[in-house]
Amino acid sequence: MQASTSILTATAIDKIFPGAKALDRVDFSLHKGEVHALLGENGAGKSTLVKCLTGAYRRDGGRIQLDGADVDPQSTLEAQNLGIGTVYQEVNLLPNLTVAENLFLGRQPKRFGFIDSREMNRRAKALLAQYDLDIDVTAGLATYSVAVQQVIAIARAVDLSGKVLILDEPTASLDAHEVAMLFRIVRRLKERGLGIVFITHFLEQVYDISDRITVLRNGKLVGTRATRDLPRRDLIAMMLGRELVQEVAAEHGTKSEGGDVRFRFRNFGRKGHIHPFDLDVRKGEVVGIAGLLGSGRTETAEIMFGAERADSGTVEADGRALDLSSPRSAIREKFGFCPEDRKIDGIIGDLSVRENIALALQARRGWARPISRGEQDRLADDYIKALDIRTSDREKPIKLLSGGNQQKAILARWLATNPDFLILDEPTRGIDVGAHAEIIRLIESLCEKGMSLIVISSELEELVAYSSRVIVLRDRAHVAELVGHQVTTDGIVEAIAASAARTDA
Amino acid sequence: MSPTLKAYAIRLFPQVAALAVILLMVSIAFPGFFRLEMQNGRLYGSMIDILNRGAPVALLAIGMTVVIATKGIDLSVGAVMAICGAVAAAAITSGHSLAMTLLITLGTGILCGLWNGILVAVLDIQPIIATLVLMVAGRGIAQLITEGAILTFNDAGLIFIGSGSLFGLPMPVVVWLAFGILVALLVRRTALGMLIEALGVNRRASMLSGVSTGVLLIAAYVLSGLCAALAGIIAAADIRGADANNAGLWLELDAILAVVVGGTSLLGGRFSIAASLIGALIIQSVNTGILLSGFPPEFNLIIKAAIIVLILVIQSPRAQSAFVFLSRAGASEKKTEQEAK
Repeated sequence: MQASTSILTATAIDKIFPGAKALDRVDFSLHKGEVHALLGENGAGKSTLVKCLTGAYRRDGGRIQLDGADVDPQSTLEAQNLGIGTVYQEVNLLPNLTVAENLFLGRQPKRFGFIDSREMNRRAKALLAQYDLDIDVTAGLATYSVAVQQVIAIARAVDLSGKVLILDEPTASLDAHEVAMLFRIVRRLKERGLGIVFITHFLEQVYDISDRITVLRNGKLVGTRATRDLPRRDLIAMMLGRELVQEVAAEHGTKSEGGDVRFRFRNFGRKGHIHPFDLDVRKGEVVGIAGLLGSGRTETAEIMFGAERADSGTVEADGRALDLSSPRSAIREKFGFCPEDRKIDGIIGDLSVRENIALALQARRGWARPISRGEQDRLADDYIKALDIRTSDREKPIKLLSGGNQQKAILARWLATNPDFLILDEPTRGIDVGAHAEIIRLIESLCEKGMSLIVISSELEELVAYSSRVIVLRDRAHVAELVGHQVTTDGIVEAIAASAARTDA
Repeated sequence: MSPTLKAYAIRLFPQVAALAVILLMVSIAFPGFFRLEMQNGRLYGSMIDILNRGAPVALLAIGMTVVIATKGIDLSVGAVMAICGAVAAAAITSGHSLAMTLLITLGTGILCGLWNGILVAVLDIQPIIATLVLMVAGRGIAQLITEGAILTFNDAGLIFIGSGSLFGLPMPVVVWLAFGILVALLVRRTALGMLIEALGVNRRASMLSGVSTGVLLIAAYVLSGLCAALAGIIAAADIRGADANNAGLWLELDAILAVVVGGTSLLGGRFSIAASLIGALIIQSVNTGILLSGFPPEFNLIIKAAIIVLILVIQSPRAQSAFVFLSRAGASEKKTEQEAK
């Protein structure tokens, strides 16, 4: 590491929200030319700290020094001008403008008082060349992938600010290849002497790229360590404040094989979505589904739940034919589905946690038979307690909860309907370590109680931990089924690779 | 106070306060404003006049609230009023009984709502475009029915709905009050309210949770059509004739305004029919108040706009969070005092 020249120092930062102390005398220092990971469970205070640093929130105490001088940014714009730039998970650029316009919005080069588009495009091209990005800067931003948009956002932030770059979960929606590209850029910026704050939930990425790690818990500083001196287990212990159960993979071997075959899908498929497949699911069994992005994982889930209507095949449960023509009929057959994109397909943001939990049950009962307020309260309280949903009260709009707690509330929505068959699409994506472990434990306990589960996940170790079988998908078809001792991460990777080789041939 | 009642009081406070302030201001400019008189078993007075004149917008606002809660909008209600007024006049003059006339007219309103609902829910057309179709075509249809003239009628029963009185109140007031209470009870005593709010906030997530989003959407527009039919009957009965060109003209905008003043977001979700009804009364109070206060009529629209902007500013999220902050600061002080003891 370079000489410890602090570029940004925050000392004893306090932030008080009505009823809660979000930050309690937190210290944080960022060196020139380092990548500093800021970690903690959801609600630990990471975003609050970042927002205090960037002026989005007013801090209630403490001082911030930039290059040794006290600063007190009142707005993100002021922070930007001081040299602190931020890039968020959801790219906050304008998708309907061109790449060049996004890069130079508010500071377009002018000629005779008019925007000089040619000069702007030339400069945009030169700017992006520094990031090895050779794209058409006159095309609309929306025509590019999230990863490219992310790079454009970084380019804009660095060009505007140039001292400190804060990356708030930039990799959450990127695939492995895109993450590698992003990290190349981050390393280059680091060499240029920028201080980079990196927030993420992916621990591998932390070890891949960061020099130092600061961990927050419940609004308090737990500690700052050099990454190479902090083994993974210790890091997790710092984040959770308790020794985490062995990282999930170790539990391998205890999962149940399930009872009799309960659900039989035969030649089930839909043109253009997923090739017809056969699948048997036993009572009390977790069937994992693995595959690369776009391999037909979500399509499989949607067709099983009737979100997309199957155009071929049949489903039977205990010998009786099932009607899965719509989510409504699937729910009547005691199916449940936690979709991949929580925000778009899962939560009803403005409604309370209580209403979100009661929704599926109420919809199944029909509008004329309302669940009384008392019953709803009881239902919500029961699940808030059972699943440890962290919320100040059940009337809080669900959009104010953290990702992990939203996911638990949606699980509660389905558990309230007492389903026989539950489909979980990426149930642990983008949620913190603590909630992650809890959801995995929940999957296992549901399975023990005799529920049949289909779990789609891109975290193979996790799949291996709880699945008795894993279906491997490729090019919108089920290409392999791994059973028993074949269910290992290596086995899954091999199956994906093997089928890839076959289709390439 | 029970928590639900308290939440209700907090929800309605800005609207009630705005209405009270406006009424107070009018009463300063026009001292006889609050006077009520009983004549021939019917109440008379400026307040009653506001309730009476506000009937069409209040009725439209009931349906509009539910439509807006589904993240939709119904621009056709003014035109549907004209159609239904024309249908009622045509039916009664061609010799149908009053009951039959009302049935045909309400049926027409339901049919109009069904058309809108199917365009929105089944064909997935944006509500503003879908209902624009009937807004434009509707007045033409009404003109076809009345053959371009004002179709007058003399049926005492139908006229009674426009100018009669029941329980001391003018009939239009009885109609909108009763219908408002009926719909409010229907959505809040069943699960309809919650399902509609869920649909309005996130249609796809609601669909995936098993909510019959299509049926609910169509039902919302049907309700709006039914409200427009009632408003159309009242408007026609009031002037004893169907005026296809002017009945309900621009009232869709007043209805939307009533809902917005009532604090229901155009983005869908949380709604309150009571608040929209108070919103309708606010608009009518401003209209009546300006006339009574003796301002030159050319100022009317500008004053109305200014008052409404003020109400909307008070309701804006920014102003609201300031209120919440102030009240919380007060509350937490009290709390610490108690803890100190």
